Amino acid sequence: MTLTVLKSTSQGSWEKRILKSLNSMCTELSIPLARKRPVGEQKELLNKWNEMGTDEPDLSLFRPVYAPKDFLEVLINLRNPNYENGDSLSFRTHLGLIQVPLKVKDIPELKEFFVELGLTTGQLGIDDSTQVPPELFENEHVRIGQKVLAEQDSAAAQQYIRQGSPTALRAELWALILNISSQPEDILYYEQLKTNVIQHDLLVDSLIYKDVKLTASNDDYYFVFEDYLYQVLLCFSRDTSVLGHFAYNSASPPKSYIRGKLGLEEYAVFYPPNGVIPFHGFSMYVAPLCFLYHEPSKLYQIFREMYVRFFFRLHSISSHPSGIVSLCLLFETLLQTYLPQLFYHLREIGAQPLRISFKWMVRAFSGYLATDQLLLLWDRILGYNSLEILAVLAAAVFAFRAVNLMEVTSLAAAEAVLADLSTLKVMPLLQIFLFATVT
Amino acid sequence: MTVRTLSGWSQPPRARPWPRMSVQTIRNVFSVEAGYRLSDDQIVNHFPNHYELTRKDLMVKNIKRYRKELEKEGSPLAEKDENGKYLYLDFVPVTYMLPADYNLFVEEFRKSPSSTWIMKPCGKAQGKGIFLINKLSQIKKWSRDSKTSSFVTQSTKEAYVISLYINNPLLIGGRKFDLRLYVLVSTYRPLRCYMYKLGFCRFCTVKYTPSTSELDNMFVHLTNVAIQKHGEDYNHIHGGKWTVNNLRLYLESTRGKEVTGKLFDEIHWIIVQSLKAVAPVMNNDKHCFECYGYDIIIDDKLKPWLIEVNASPSLTSSTANDRILKYNLINDTLNIAVPNGEIPDCKWNKSPPKEVLGNYEILSCTFLHGPGARMLMERGSYDEELAQGDGADRELRSRQGQSLGPRGGRSRDSGRTILTTWK
Repeated sequence: MTLTVLKSTSQGSWEKRILKSLNSMCTELSIPLARKRPVGEQKELLNKWNEMGTDEPDLSLFRPVYAPKDFLEVLINLRNPNYENGDSLSFRTHLGLIQVPLKVKDIPELKEFFVELGLTTGQLGIDDSTQVPPELFENEHVRIGQKVLAEQDSAAAQQYIRQGSPTALRAELWALILNISSQPEDILYYEQLKTNVIQHDLLVDSLIYKDVKLTASNDDYYFVFEDYLYQVLLCFSRDTSVLGHFAYNSASPPKSYIRGKLGLEEYAVFYPPNGVIPFHGFSMYVAPLCFLYHEPSKLYQIFREMYVRFFFRLHSISSHPSGIVSLCLLFETLLQTYLPQLFYHLREIGAQPLRISFKWMVRAFSGYLATDQLLLLWDRILGYNSLEILAVLAAAVFAFRAVNLMEVTSLAAAEAVLADLSTLKVMPLLQIFLFATVT
Repeated sequence: MTVRTLSGWSQPPRARPWPRMSVQTIRNVFSVEAGYRLSDDQIVNHFPNHYELTRKDLMVKNIKRYRKELEKEGSPLAEKDENGKYLYLDFVPVTYMLPADYNLFVEEFRKSPSSTWIMKPCGKAQGKGIFLINKLSQIKKWSRDSKTSSFVTQSTKEAYVISLYINNPLLIGGRKFDLRLYVLVSTYRPLRCYMYKLGFCRFCTVKYTPSTSELDNMFVHLTNVAIQKHGEDYNHIHGGKWTVNNLRLYLESTRGKEVTGKLFDEIHWIIVQSLKAVAPVMNNDKHCFECYGYDIIIDDKLKPWLIEVNASPSLTSSTANDRILKYNLINDTLNIAVPNGEIPDCKWNKSPPKEVLGNYEILSCTFLHGPGARMLMERGSYDEELAQGDGADRELRSRQGQSLGPRGGRSRDSGRTILTTWK
């Protein structure tokens, strides 16, 4: 199963669809993809830069270009034209929605990969709870974290954070692992992007506004940071350096052509400039970061790096182990192999588990978990440099609520059982699923 | 929400002859004219003279009195710095009563003429009647020698307090917020008080600006939900509220653990000090308990300020989460006030077992926490304070022999009980 096969067939047609949707919105609403703002409007926007949330443009005619469930339909219809019967026999018995036989880890392999999450190793998110005296683990762990920061050792930080980060050290540790240090040129770069936003209006800006208003503004944790989200995402969509990640992404950035020059490469521009079309829920990638960074250019850099290292894989089609296709397959395989009764039951009642868990994984659980738990989860994403933990957590959540799920008789009822994840404690769930369940 | 919906409670069958008591104000219940006496199995959720704490002018009067008393006694708690400011008891913004202290106020105002002051009617709630001033002319009519409005006589001038406005509040997301904390008092002497762990922050819907052009914009300055919910941007899903745990996570992540811990310690300290200030004048009727709504503002130096105490904090809900919180609040309050769900007996010792605390944590061990405590330990006058402490502290005297260590460990962090278990 190679990258190129997936790339040429499905990612290509998906991209075409998105672009078509964007273009038709543009035509329907008679709004250009991009336009230069008149000077008066520029001044107004500059004055309002810190409170763009109070702007109330009419967004009723805008729709998100796509939502996670549209993307799921595409993934479900993926087929490998080169599929040979000789390939993994067990795959033929795979009863999930994903029909692409990618290699995914099983529990023994996951236990090895996530060895630091084992029962005998201290964890933040478990061993810092009220019942555990801090001398047993927490104090020493904090001390080590401070040492790692003092020595500015990025590799050590990545290893360290597998056991979770103390809240007070997290912002610095993430910056160290992501190799972000706010140099003057970084701040200048951000200011230039901001100027770009002031001078030009893009159609995607309205999509960003709409997304923030629909998601983060209604969120109990993130509503406070609404204005930061605009400041980050509007600049993000104009940041051409993000195009760099397409070199290792099977996707290609959508292109638009100057009027009248369709097909002529020399008149092609990437649209939006960063090549990323936001979908419904996109702003939730940024929101949790606002708990850690309140300086706009630093917040921006951290988000951008998180995106080009991790988040882009959650909405592009590829065969990468951290790609969304692999994560879906990993989730389904874990469930079918280790919780077969539950899996079959849900399938019987028309509640394919992936239909419920897909949205959690695409958003890396942002907006579904309590913020402190989400940050503990993202610690491990950084520590292991992999998104596989999202699939494992999704399976662990199903395992945790298995008893209730066995009793439901419809998709809607299953959704209801899994509607509220805000009380879940992530690390105990993961530990029990990986290390304490008989396999 | 009726009592009936709380688990373990049931409405008595109509047939039995219960002494009928119509709902009245606490003043009527305890008034001499009414001639009514509460029997042993009746308890009520207000202290007769709670206004000593909950009226804005009386609260300030009592705190000022308390501070002066401590100063007279030579208590180290009343120590002042080189500018004459109390080191440990400066938690209420400079406040004057109007019209009584008008001249004193003017003197203070002239010392810093560019400052902003906030005028609040003593007897109102929900932000009603509050306004900001930055010029003496704006409060002329409270001047004692006022000849401007001849038909307004001295006696009909409504009592106001005027306080120095905290114009540097801590902002999150550029917005001002305050803290609403619930504090249950089951008795004042000895002082037994509990703080509800699930307080919340109330955010303004509009970005904060100290600009004088926006002094009249109540959406910028007043955090009362009663006011904010009329704003254009009010959102009914989250109601502009954050849990205190969110605040803690945010502050620890952006400012560090120590300063956050210190902030919360100080908040507990000022709650207890305010209760100690009114304890001597409170009618500590054994039939009474009270759940207060404390309003606290944090400034940008992470110093908490006590704004006011409400005797009847709103128990209505503005969002779904709110409803759950208030349901649990009432439930936990009643579990402490009336133990074991039995018929109340006001003669009980008011020491509920730890299991019934629910989301409350004990606050009475005051001298062990906060800035005052740290100072006391350094001075070695710790034992003396314990000896002066009230009944609830008595159980800790027996532990004096143990090393004090770093204030008994885990009481600083979120979700941990304030009552330290000495190791």
